[in-house]
Parts: sequence; C-alpha cells; structure tokens
Amino acid sequence: MLYFILRRCVMLIPVLIGLTLVMFAIARLLPGDPVGLAAGPNATQEEIAALAREFGLDKPIWVQYANYVGGLLQGDLGTSLLTRRPVAADIAAFLPATLELVIAAMTIAVVVGIPLGLVTAVWRNRWPDYVSQVLAIGAISMPRFFLGLLLQLCFAMWLMWLPLGGRLPIIVFPPPTVTGFLTIDTLIAGDLEAFWTALRHLAMPAIAMSLSPLATIMRMMRASTIEVMNQDYVMTARALGLPRGKIILKYVARNAVSATLTVIGLYFGWLLGGTVLVETVFDWPGLGLYATKAIISQDMMPVIGVALVIGLLFVVANLIIDLAYGVINPKVRYS
Amino acid sequence: MTEIAETPPIEMLSTGNDRWRRALFRFRQSKLSMLGAAMVAVVLFFTLFGTVLAPYPEHVAGGVATADRFLPPSAAHPFGTNELGQDVLSLVMAGTTVSVLAGFGVVLIGTVIGTLVGGIAGFVGSWTDEVLMRLTDLTLTIPGLILAMAIAAALGPGFTNMVIAISLSWWPGYARLVRGEVLAAREEVYVTAARAIGASPARILFRHILPNTVSPIIVKMSLDMGFAILTVAGLGFIGIGVRPPTPEWGTLLSLSRAYMPDYWWTAMAPGMAMFLAVFGFNLLGDGLRDILDPKARR
Amino acid sequence: MAPPLLSIRDLHLTMTSFEGEAHVLNGIDLTVRRGEIWGLVGESGCGKSLTGLSISRLVPAPPAAYKRGEIAFEGRDLLRLPMREVQALRGKRIGMIFQDPTTNLNPAYRIGEQLVDVALAAAKHDPSILDCEAGAGRRTRRRAAHRLAAEMLDRVGIPNAEERLDNYPHEFSGGMRQRVLIAMALIGRPDLLIADEPTTALDVSVQAQILKLLKGTVSDHDIGVILITHNLGVVAETCTHVAVMYAGNIVERGPVAEVINRPAHPYTRALMAAIPTRASQRGSLNGLGGAVPNLVTPPPGCRFAPRCARAIAACSAQQPPALPVAGEHHAACIRLAESEELEHV
Repeated sequence: MLYFILRRCVMLIPVLIGLTLVMFAIARLLPGDPVGLAAGPNATQEEIAALAREFGLDKPIWVQYANYVGGLLQGDLGTSLLTRRPVAADIAAFLPATLELVIAAMTIAVVVGIPLGLVTAVWRNRWPDYVSQVLAIGAISMPRFFLGLLLQLCFAMWLMWLPLGGRLPIIVFPPPTVTGFLTIDTLIAGDLEAFWTALRHLAMPAIAMSLSPLATIMRMMRASTIEVMNQDYVMTARALGLPRGKIILKYVARNAVSATLTVIGLYFGWLLGGTVLVETVFDWPGLGLYATKAIISQDMMPVIGVALVIGLLFVVANLIIDLAYGVINPKVRYS
Repeated sequence: MTEIAETPPIEMLSTGNDRWRRALFRFRQSKLSMLGAAMVAVVLFFTLFGTVLAPYPEHVAGGVATADRFLPPSAAHPFGTNELGQDVLSLVMAGTTVSVLAGFGVVLIGTVIGTLVGGIAGFVGSWTDEVLMRLTDLTLTIPGLILAMAIAAALGPGFTNMVIAISLSWWPGYARLVRGEVLAAREEVYVTAARAIGASPARILFRHILPNTVSPIIVKMSLDMGFAILTVAGLGFIGIGVRPPTPEWGTLLSLSRAYMPDYWWTAMAPGMAMFLAVFGFNLLGDGLRDILDPKARR
Repeated sequence: MAPPLLSIRDLHLTMTSFEGEAHVLNGIDLTVRRGEIWGLVGESGCGKSLTGLSISRLVPAPPAAYKRGEIAFEGRDLLRLPMREVQALRGKRIGMIFQDPTTNLNPAYRIGEQLVDVALAAAKHDPSILDCEAGAGRRTRRRAAHRLAAEMLDRVGIPNAEERLDNYPHEFSGGMRQRVLIAMALIGRPDLLIADEPTTALDVSVQAQILKLLKGTVSDHDIGVILITHNLGVVAETCTHVAVMYAGNIVERGPVAEVINRPAHPYTRALMAAIPTRASQRGSLNGLGGAVPNLVTPPPGCRFAPRCARAIAACSAQQPPALPVAGEHHAACIRLAESEELEHV
C-alpha cells in the first residue's frame, strides 16, 4: 500500500516537468506582448526593456525555463508581471476558496447523485426513471454560468434569500485562517453567525457547479447498478432468500459505487479547471478569477502556476480515488 | 467425453442485415433520440439561415436603435431589446451560426488530430506509442479551459483563433479512444489477411483499421458537440473569443449581466438557446451511443 | 398420503422477445420426492434451467408469462402464492446452486458475511436454524449465525473453516468456491435443492468431489435434489432418476438405470448413441443431424419430429402424451410400441 503510494508519487515527477514545459512553451512562444501590456500604454522603449531585464525576459527561452525550474524546486512559482507579487503567495491565498467551492459541489453531487442513481436503476423503465433520465441530460446540457445567472436572478434579486456573490461581506470579520475554508474556519472559531453567512454565500455557486457532475454521477451509478443487478451473485442472493432491500442496499450498492468512483475522480479534476465561469458569475475570489485576470493581461507566470497546481491536484485526486477503490473492492487491493 | 453438443442460441444465427434493422428499430423506438434529432435539425437550420431569417438584419450587422432601448418582450420583439435597442431574437438567431460552427470546428479539428495521434500510436506501437500517449496524458492533466483561455488570449480575438485554442485542448480524448480501437482492430483476422497479401502499412491503417473505428468516433463526436458549444460560449462569456458586434451567445449573455434584474429578458434568449442546442446534441448523441456502441448498451 | 415434495403439472411458459412470443416450456410434468436426485438433461436452450428457476419464481415476468399448469411445493402452488411467501421459501425451503462459482459470490464481501446474511434471512422464518432462544438479541443471533457458517463450511469439506470465513471469494479456488456456494445453499436447511450445472465450470477431478458431496447431502438430510446438467455421465454417476428435455418438453423420464439401459424415446437414443464408447471406432462420432427448433414458430405436434429418423405423418398431428414404458419409466412418443418391437428384432 505504502509502496503503491510512493510509486505513484515518483511517477508524478515527469508529469510535473512535462506540465511546466508545455505551459512554458505556450506562454513564451505564442505571439503577444506581455511586457508592453504590463508596462502600460505610455511606457517608453527603455522602460519596457528595463522591465523585461528585471524579469529575465530578455534572456533566451531555455535560460528562462532553467531559472523557472530552479525557482520551482525552492517553492518559487515566479513573480507576476502585473502585480509584482510572488505567484506562490497569490495561489496560496486563492486556492482555498476554489477548493472549498469544488469540494462543496462534489459533496452535493455525490450525496444526491449516488442514491438517485440507485433508485432510478431499481425503478428502471418506469416513469420516475424516464423523467429523471431526461432531467439528467438536461442538467448536463445546462451552461453553468447561465444556471448561476438564473439562480442569482431568482434567489438573490427577486426573492432576496441569498447574497448575490462573494465569500463574506466586508462587514463580517473573517475568522482566523486554519484551513482556509471559511465554512470550517468559522466553525473552529465558534462563530455560528459567520458560519451561517459563509454557508449562504457558498450555496448558490456550489449548486450551480454541482448540477452537471450530479447528473453524470447519477447516470453512471444507474448504469453500473443495472449491470450489477444482472450479476450472478445477485441472482444467488435472491435465490437464497435475502430480502430485496438488503440485496440492493448492501450487495448491489457497494459494487456499483466502486464502478462510479473513477468518474468522480475525473470530474473532480475537471471541476477544478472549470471553476472560472462560476467564479466569474458569483465573484468568488478563487483561482479561476485570478487566472482570468492574468490571462487577459497576458501575465503568464500566474497562469503557469495555476495550471501546475490544478494539474497536481488532479493527479492527487485520482490517486485518492484509486486508494478508495482498493478499500471498496478487495480484489484490486494489493495489485 | 459425454457432453451433448452445444448449439448456438437462436439469436446468434440472425443475419447482419437484421442487426441494422434492429438498430434503426431501437432508434425509432426511443422517442428521446428522435426528439434530439429534431432539435439538432432545427439548430442546423438556424446555423445556415439564422442570419438571413432574422427579423431585424440591420441589428445583426451592428446597427443600433437607441430609441428602442430595453423594450420588454412584445409582438415586435418576442425576446425584447437590449441596451442598444437591438432585437434580442435577431441576435440570438444569428448567433447560432458562430456557436455551432465554432463547436463543430473544435470537434472536427480535435477528431483529426486525435485520430492521427491515436492511430499512429496504436498502429506503430513501441516507443512512438509511448511518447505520443505520454504527451496525450500530459495534455489531459492541463486544465482544458485555462489552456484554451491562455492560447486564445495570446493569439488575440477572432473566430479562427478561438477555434484553434479550444481544439488544442480537445484532441486527447480522441487519441485515447482511437488508440484503443486500433489496438483491438490490429488483431482482427482481416488485418492479418491484408498484411499477408502485402498491403502497405499506410493502406492497412487507412483502408482497413480506421474505417472500423468510425462508429465510436461518431458517437463521441455527437456527444462532444454540445460540450464544445458550451466551451465556446464560456470563452465568450469571459470576454475572450469573438468580439461584438459579431453576435455570439456567450458574449450576449455576459453583456446582459450588467442589466440584471430589471432587464432580465436580455439574458433569457441567449441562455435558453445555448441550453436547447446543447440539449438536442446530447439527446442525439445518447441515442446514437445506444445503437452504435454495443459495449455501452445497457 | 402426504403430497410429494415437488410436483410440476403441465407447466407452460412463454417469453416475449424481439422475434415474438417463444413457447419455451411446453407442458412440463415432474414429481420429486425426498431422497430422490433427479437429473434434468438436454441441450442448451431446451428449458432445463428455466424449469429450475421457475420453481424459485426467479424468471423475470415480463418478459416471461406462465400460461398454464402448476408448481406444487408440498401441495402449495407456487405460481399462485403471493411473492412475499415465495420469497420466504427461498433459501429456507428451496436452496439453489448455480453454474459458475467465480461469479456467484459477491467479490466485495468476505464469504463469512455472505453466509451469515443467508443464515439470518432464513432464521427470520425458522429461528430454530440458529439454535438460540426466540427472543435473542441481534448480536447473539449474529454470533450464532457465524458459528453455523463455520460449521457448514467444515461440513462441505473446507479446511480451517473458522479462519476461511474472513477470506474474500477471490482467495478461494474454483472448487472451493463451489463448496462455499453449496454451504450457502444448505445453511437454511432446505428440503429441495436445485443445482443448475454445478460442476460444468470445474475440473473433472473437482467435479467428482462436488458430486459426491451432493450425494452425501441427500442421504444425510433426506432432501430432494434437481440436478440440471447437459452431461449424461454426471447423471449416470449421481442421480436416482432422470428427465430428458427437448425444446421445452420432457420427452422421457424414469429411474436412471432404466432410462440409460433401455432408452425408449428416439431423442434419448440419439443422445446415447452420440456418446463415444470404448467400442466405437476412430472417426465414427455419431452426431445428431439438424438443429434445435425455433420456439417462436415450433414444429406442430412432436417438436422432435423434424429431426427424427422414425417420424411419420401422425407425429406432426398433435403433441404426443407421456406413455408408460415400464413402471415409472415414461416416454412421449406415439411410436413407442413399434420402437419396442424394433428393439427386439
């Protein structure tokens, strides 16, 4: 088990090197004038050259890459051209917001999607099943940013039940940072009122993000439940008189969930990279908004940094899923 | 040996022709697939004729009518007018062209690159396979939307740049799919036969192997169409991609955000158009997968 | 006289498929008493497995529909019993074993847990199985079920039974898994055991052990067994009686020695002739010409007539009734008398 984790971690290294190479190539080889943009419209030729020299952008690209990797080994992700702040510090500040959002969305998707998939599989080919199948395809087809807009319009502007966006209003004093997740940090601080406020801010973006993975997980769970229900061991369990409820909740559910797990891992990575749109709609101060601002001003260091961190998290998420798979399915445990 | 001879079950004895009849039968049986096909037909119709049929072609071309700003939905303007007095319906109808063509372009380029990479990797094997597939896995790890945004921003605004930017993050799925299919097909008897009569490797790949991977590719393309349209609209929504006055659904939606909640109708038509177009493609793709991809059949 | 353990009378079953309605069971008659092991033989698709599944009401309906007949278990017709009561019989009164031991155990759970679940379910209808007081708590019952599970594993010949309870199915060999499945089928002390090709997926040497185990079980517990197989050798070794099925009909049935030594139906004879013996020459395997008929549009009258060397026009006129050959030995062939004569020529 430990060997398995270690081997996977070692396999991470070439992935990370490849990631930096590809992103670096894109950042440097594509046309565009990031330095000119950063220096401002009124900058003279000398000022631009000075800025380029300051950031080492006048050197050949392989030297730049070597410098970058050298910094990376010391945990330095470079410096933003625009804000002149270290990228690593920025990412550390914005990552918890994105993670909180993605984890909340995935939790909703799993907690609702898996039971729904199980139930629709058991009721397969009856009207609740048909209705939920159509709804699921609809949910996958719904643009997250349009859904977010509709939620805002409905719950924030007309009904005024929930706040329009952001993580916490300025008037609420933020809790001391422990995990960076406001919902958890407020609980640790024992500030229930602030917790409630944070939760209300989290609700709409998390729901907008969760709909599509929820539908996908439900469909996967339904398909794998149907497959498991056709397995011989389910027939044996029925033939030997096990109650139907026990067969489905114990014998079928566990095997079906293990088939659905892979999708959950893939979706987790996909959501991490796709928070941009929802963060834009809800003004959620996460990595997506940060990357968008950097991209628009062609400030490439933050973009490379964000891609690197998300790629890393994606690989880690899949490692965790593989481990969970081993726990649920004893047959693959030691292989 | 005292076994009684096992005779094949009746079903296996039916002919190939029968199989196609069954497939069509199943597709027709599925009302959702038919609905999806109909919706896609409507979307394609607007892709071709949306600009021509728009009730206010001058608004599509960029004309403004400041006297008619923010009119609520009415008979003259079924979806109201926007901040420039333009007819929202006309803009959305014309926007179909950009969204669907861009989506189609992305899927097509992604398929071509992916098929080449996956086909060569699976067919040549050894270290070529290793290198190409590592590259594929690597691209899969990079968050697609951020990659597309970065490339699009660097290339500058415009339809072609946007399509290229998204395509560059789109091909790995196809590469994996095609490689798997090619690896399976390589072992088939007809390929061995073609090799035995001395066909060239290129001929074997393009004439004998790739044609047999067509149906899973078509299934994936139809399922991906909706997702590609969503991605195109997403870039537009963020402000990277096609620039106004060219009407594009994501851009239209993004512009309308500033006028919520009083002028909510400016958001409804582009948002619903996106949803319905994607819904149609997803229903169709789902139906196609059920009949063309026996492995995924439930 | 008490009703027999199992009595199937004139059972008709149809299945709706893409091609239409298939008449898959066409008037099955079969009586099983305690202490009897009935071999049910025939080609694939002749309906022998469906007959077994019908007794436990495990054939999904639709597409299946029972058109006529009854399946009386100790005099109660299972086809007219509410599903809840049928379900109470499963595992407790009627045990089942299926063909492939690799797929019939749930890979995600320890075998002990699976055995305990079956025992607990059976104990719900007959608490005496667990051998503890009626009002015993959950934990007591669970512990009793665990003890019973170990005892059953030991009885089916699995060494270190107590420890093996904690193993997962993939940690057992094929033969051992089939033993586990037999233990699982017997843990509720059934009176009727239906074994659907229990040895087909196993090595020949393991096959013999499993069959011996089954035979021992019958004499120990005085139960009735239906052994579904397409292997006549297994029948000859293990069974007391045999029923030969063809295309949804039982064409011949009777005590195993009677049927094997003096087969009366042309189909049974063809089957026997197809078995190579020491006397048969190289290259002279006697296959049976033709194929199993399509059950959507079955041939009229005797369904074997199109492949029968001795068929006459009358064979296709109506379905032949089961005629006595000698004592309990019956065969469904209108030319039985002539056949008998041919035999003595």
